[in-house]
Amino acid sequence: MGFVCTRSPCTENMASSSSYNSPCAACKFLRRKCMPGCIFAPYFPPEEPQKFANVHKIFGASNVTKLLNELPPHQREDAVNSLAYEAEARVRDPVYGCVGAISFLQRQVQRLQKELDAANSDLIHYACSEIPTALPAPPGPSSIQSMAPRQRLIDHYDRIGMGNEGGYYEAPAIPTPYNLPWNDNPSGDNSAAGGGSNM
Amino acid sequence: MISGRCAACKYLRRRCPSDCIFSPYFPSNIPQRFACVHRIYGASNVAKMLQQLPAHLRAEAANSLYYEAQSRTQDPVYGCVGVISLLHQQIHSVESQLAKTEAEIAVLNSLAQEPAQIQENEVEATFNNFLLEQDIIASRRFSHSTYISSNFI
Repeated sequence: MGFVCTRSPCTENMASSSSYNSPCAACKFLRRKCMPGCIFAPYFPPEEPQKFANVHKIFGASNVTKLLNELPPHQREDAVNSLAYEAEARVRDPVYGCVGAISFLQRQVQRLQKELDAANSDLIHYACSEIPTALPAPPGPSSIQSMAPRQRLIDHYDRIGMGNEGGYYEAPAIPTPYNLPWNDNPSGDNSAAGGGSNM
Repeated sequence: MISGRCAACKYLRRRCPSDCIFSPYFPSNIPQRFACVHRIYGASNVAKMLQQLPAHLRAEAANSLYYEAQSRTQDPVYGCVGVISLLHQQIHSVESQLAKTEAEIAVLNSLAQEPAQIQENEVEATFNNFLLEQDIIASRRFSHSTYISSNFI
């Protein structure tokens, strides 16, 4: 029945207790008493000190408090985890933070999309190209009225249900970061005002 | 002269010194840029982050901070992480489609080679059947003629 710092966002029913409460990582870091109802306590357990340290370094405690207060309780855990992720990314890469990962992934999507386009072109080529029948006519009165190879391909195409499926993948639009130095189409402008953000 | 202040110093209502850490990256004509960054990170955190970097990297850092701040403003729960998650889903989806398409190409490729082989086999079978029929006909004629001749004698 003592106050227990948990990771679940069930903060509303925490009651004060006379038993010893282990302060959450935030209150330990800030060297203050961890009061019942501490907004950080559910999301910054004492066994993960680095999580709050990163978040505090990048965003600051008061900004995090403001952000969490603007959210309903059931969304706060996800918000804290995403803030912790961004903070850690920024600590590891002080210049680009998360944006470096976004640019990398976008280039990967573009590369895969090109591969898919090329594969779809090959598929259409196979489906539509005519294969010449260079075989001699069979001797004798009878002859096999064999299906033309192109027709066999089309029939097979229909049988396996390709039809119009497997078409081109259209990625939903995602705002691209401003042009990074390694982007394919650099704007050539790295000045502050010319950030070129598409958001 | 007050009008020379950068967007940050205007926002913070202070004098803009000549060595202001913000002024190269937060020009006065884009006030929302600093407002957005300030809302998420705070002025002192941004100043600290920029000061810890060599000068030639600060522009990129300011741009990426602005991008992340914008993402967080638009999506207060997930921010940039939502974008990353969506990109992972896209990659997975395109990879699946690519694998499927490549498999279909492999099938069509093998099918394209098959008909020639089948035609050859079928032509040969037909020819063999024809020869067999001719043999049967010939043997029947021979038997008949033998029968007739045997009966005639």
